[in-house]
Amino acid sequence: MYNFSFEKVKSVEEAVTAIQKAEDGKFVAGGQTMLPTMKHRLAGPSNIIDLSGVESLTEIKAHNECVTIGAMVTHRSVASSPEVLRDIPALAKLAGNIGDPAVRNRGTIGGSIANNDPAADYPAAIIGLGATVNTNKREISGDDFFTGMFETALEEDELITSISFPVANVAAYMKFENPASRYAIVGVFLVKLSDNVRVGVTGATACVHRGRRLEDALNKNFSPAAIDPVELSVEEMNSDIHASAEYRAHLVKVMTKRAVEACN
Amino acid sequence: MVNVSMSVNGKSVTGEVEERTLLVQFLRENLRLTGTHIGCDTSQCGACVVHVDGVSVKSCTMLAVQANSTEVTTIEGLAANGDLHPMQQAFKDNHGLQCGFCTPGMVMSAIDIVNRNGNDLDETTVRKELEGNICRCTGYHNIVKSIQAGAKSMGG
Amino acid sequence: MVDNGIGASVLRKEDNRFLTGKGNYTDDVNVLGQTHAYFIRSPHAHATIDRIDVSAASASEGVIAVFTGDDLEKDGIGPLICGVNVTSDDGEPHRAPLHPALAQGKVNYVGDHIAVVIAETLAQAKDAAEKVEIDYGVLPAIADTATAADNGQQQIHDVAPGNTCYNWPFGDKSAVEEAFETAHKISTLELVNNRMVTNPMEPRAALGDYNSGTEEITLHVTTQNPHVHRLVLSAFNQLAPEHKLRVVGPDVGGGFGVKIFVYAEELVVGWACRKVNRPVKWTSDRTEAFMSDAHGRDHVAFAEMAMDERGKFLAMRVNTTANLGAYLSTFSTMVPSYLYAFLLAGQYSTPLIYSEVKAVFTNTAPVDAARGAGRPEATYLLERLVDVCAEDIGLDPAEIRRRNFIPVDAFPYQTPVVQCYDSGDYPAALEKALSLADYDGFSERAKEAKSRGKRRGIGLSSYVEACGIAPSAAVGQLGAGVGLWESAQVRFNPTGNVQVFTGTHSHGQGHETTFAQLITEQLGVPLENIEVIHGDTAKTQFGMGTYGSRSLAVGGVAIAKACEKLIAKGKKIAAHALEAAEGDIEFEEGNFSVAGTDKSMNIAEVAFNAYVPHSYPEGLEPGFDENAFFDPLNFSFPAGTHVCEIEVDPETGEVEIVKYSAVDDFGKLINPMIVEGQVHGGIVHGVGQALLEGCQYDADGQLITASYMDYAMPRADNVPSFDVDYAPTNPPDNPLGVKGCGEAGAIGAPPAVINAITNALGIKHIDMPATPENVWRAAQSMG
Repeated sequence: MYNFSFEKVKSVEEAVTAIQKAEDGKFVAGGQTMLPTMKHRLAGPSNIIDLSGVESLTEIKAHNECVTIGAMVTHRSVASSPEVLRDIPALAKLAGNIGDPAVRNRGTIGGSIANNDPAADYPAAIIGLGATVNTNKREISGDDFFTGMFETALEEDELITSISFPVANVAAYMKFENPASRYAIVGVFLVKLSDNVRVGVTGATACVHRGRRLEDALNKNFSPAAIDPVELSVEEMNSDIHASAEYRAHLVKVMTKRAVEACN
Repeated sequence: MVNVSMSVNGKSVTGEVEERTLLVQFLRENLRLTGTHIGCDTSQCGACVVHVDGVSVKSCTMLAVQANSTEVTTIEGLAANGDLHPMQQAFKDNHGLQCGFCTPGMVMSAIDIVNRNGNDLDETTVRKELEGNICRCTGYHNIVKSIQAGAKSMGG
Repeated sequence: MVDNGIGASVLRKEDNRFLTGKGNYTDDVNVLGQTHAYFIRSPHAHATIDRIDVSAASASEGVIAVFTGDDLEKDGIGPLICGVNVTSDDGEPHRAPLHPALAQGKVNYVGDHIAVVIAETLAQAKDAAEKVEIDYGVLPAIADTATAADNGQQQIHDVAPGNTCYNWPFGDKSAVEEAFETAHKISTLELVNNRMVTNPMEPRAALGDYNSGTEEITLHVTTQNPHVHRLVLSAFNQLAPEHKLRVVGPDVGGGFGVKIFVYAEELVVGWACRKVNRPVKWTSDRTEAFMSDAHGRDHVAFAEMAMDERGKFLAMRVNTTANLGAYLSTFSTMVPSYLYAFLLAGQYSTPLIYSEVKAVFTNTAPVDAARGAGRPEATYLLERLVDVCAEDIGLDPAEIRRRNFIPVDAFPYQTPVVQCYDSGDYPAALEKALSLADYDGFSERAKEAKSRGKRRGIGLSSYVEACGIAPSAAVGQLGAGVGLWESAQVRFNPTGNVQVFTGTHSHGQGHETTFAQLITEQLGVPLENIEVIHGDTAKTQFGMGTYGSRSLAVGGVAIAKACEKLIAKGKKIAAHALEAAEGDIEFEEGNFSVAGTDKSMNIAEVAFNAYVPHSYPEGLEPGFDENAFFDPLNFSFPAGTHVCEIEVDPETGEVEIVKYSAVDDFGKLINPMIVEGQVHGGIVHGVGQALLEGCQYDADGQLITASYMDYAMPRADNVPSFDVDYAPTNPPDNPLGVKGCGEAGAIGAPPAVINAITNALGIKHIDMPATPENVWRAAQSMG
């Protein structure tokens, strides 16, 4: 790891001031991805601004058909939150399957989505649920937040403060895990709303995306069988030693079907 | 350099470290608590698991400075007055260790599993909860048995 | 009967220190003034080094020295060696390229060592390493086993034309050909034995400490065989004379073969500590381990079996290409030859076997022994081929095995491939395993699984291995540069407690307990009064270390022999003390007594007497401390049948092991609890190879699986609990009646798992690792 200056801030304002002053500053939330990256010297920020002291970022609030989760809420806290379990049980389940218990004790929702790993779980939920990402500057629609592999709409001095998820009782997340890393080879977050279906797909492509063709098919016929004829673009799928593009495309459909079954 | 201070196994400790010092390095190199091990660089293997403020953490994926003002428990802090912690005893009784390298992390994770899931653990739960701890020696069979037995005896 | 002797599942003596964080692994050892080494490794698979400039790095903060291959060469250190010759088919020795510990002008795999930076802290060493300037002339690379020796391939070493280390034929080729010509049926199989990275959880490490006053180097190192390290580093690498080199292998966090070998880092650290006159420590991180630990397996093979109408095996022919990597590691050459081809008979009475092995160089990490070493490759090939034979001839896999087993009354059985099995009862293990697995109830379970959309399969593997390595005469004849005896010293202290010094090394196997049980059984000393000491050339007289499941079968016998000497000596002392004739002294359960009288003294009293020889007559030597060496008469031949039952999810290709039953013959068990643990671990190692693990290089020789993010290690949720039982026979060639058990699971499991998958899907073959995608594709092809 390259050395850096370390600052633990107590408020969002302090955090933003600190990053503006830094030459090449980075916020660290749980650090569960950032620290391994830095250990391999793949990143070398000049300043680390630790957000763990910002208490306002650790709340979970249920209000107006919505659950708002602070950016610094750990995966473990989301998984065990009474509000999340009641209003969006699929999201609690997703959080309870990220990484492993020790990682879930440190890793946070804000850190995960700010990193936007193409194989991360939370982005599928943001997209699937149509969540809103709240920052110190604005509200960003989930659909607009993830802009590419490890890229987001965040500006350099912009800090995620919370994510607001619409309540969704009929929803399911199905993940096919990479046998080595346990990240998602494919993850499908499916939400059945009163008038339509939303599908967030992670792992399959360079960046999380909405499964529009899957949604179209399910909007017509909400059943596993409806998925069979859907044709997904194999060319857009990721391909690596763990799964070819063709297999990933197949898995997207299988995971979607299983999510439909779980919702029925 | 930065000053850190925390409680480790019930004792206050302080040190001056580089900012980039990981908690596991602080424990092993500064405090010479070498029971906590390093088995990988990607937060996968779990040999470095300790408890920070009562919950399991991979100490290779936390900066020492981030542990400032916390209470850290390592494998060295479990046995009280020479008596093994019930989970340590269960690992011994059930041959839940061979080379011993993954063992400290396994035991720390096991206690965390019990803290979260209670004293009556089925095999599937234990296996799932061990996702973040890799062992090459035991084939897990006896680790699972150990944790189930340890969970029971932790319940008294 | 003594308590805690042979056959008792005694809890392990070593556990308290491991469970309380008091283990003492190499990286836990710290010495005053210690510096840290960081190795600069090649990012290219194959390149010339046109220029190295270390000046900026040398001036970097905290740096003590930067060394390159030139510095080693100037001091006459190295090169690394391979200790076993295999004669190629042209009558010449195998081709052995120069293997410098730090590159001299050329690098041959990703991770190859180029230079070392020694600094006050590891972070400073890494910072400085980035300032070393190296100009490479990148060359085309070859990583693929099957095509490495093809015409027109990039040549790696001038001394090895065609990238070939050796061509090694074995067996009666023409007799086999004749048998094939007249056979009723010939079954064939082409397969890959996937490359593994051994991955003990403790990464390798070394700490060199030079004392300029005594001119002695102490090298703490992650080793399975401290004396072998000392011998090789002294005799062949010129590190220091043997009597000025102390090698300490303290607690070692798993070995599985990968810590047998003498590595570049160990030699460099040992040399550099004298050079800079400061202790130097190096600890591998996991990515370095993936790059630079010796890998295992990596064969491509074509096998054929000739059968008669009843499915009786008439002859077998095997053609194998084995990848040895970029250089020859310490024992690499013997793995795909002697440890492989000599096991091709398996449990069967196949009368004729012919094997050709081509060992090739590639631009990949060196390949050497890994848990089982050669025997898993042979067993996988044979046990897969037997299932193909069963299908081709229309027999149940269990039945074809029964028909071909070496009969129980045929032991000792001379196979056509050198090995002479001393004992075995293969049908007994098979039948017991089938019963444990409820083989007969399988079709019902398969039907039930089908109703849930799953494909259920069952697979057998009846393995035999040769371990307890090894008779020195046998390995000497084959070209080994060392003898493979073992040594022990059993020392009574005057107060009656015992220190046992063994030349084997425990890195998870529980020797401190098992060996103590041997002493308890033989000498009647309570277990708590016995301490087993290993892993330090300054403490233990000699030893060849631990690998090839040899510790008990060879090292245990050495201990037993030292105990026999103590009993003989004790009789002399007791005779003197009890004023009786030596011939009248009897020894039983720790007591020396005069036959037919109530006069006796226990062994602790004898020990005390031996150190307080106030009235010893001439000729009675004081002291109660004996040494013994043991050279085995034969290999040890553990065997067994493993049955694996799996379910495939045809939609995703996921394989779940739903039941796994193992019945093994390990002869007499000293500590059943420990043996069972070895079986469990071995099985999961084998399951890992079958389902998850596969080391991959791309076409340019870049290592793709360089961390646990990409190399899938078996985790707790990948496997079930196991049903383990035994069908022991008594091996006449082993004085203790024991066989090795450490590798058996890793040998038996892979074919059992794959046979279950091919059974579930009704396909001829699927290569390992049977990843979800590969299984899914296979499931597609069956429609």
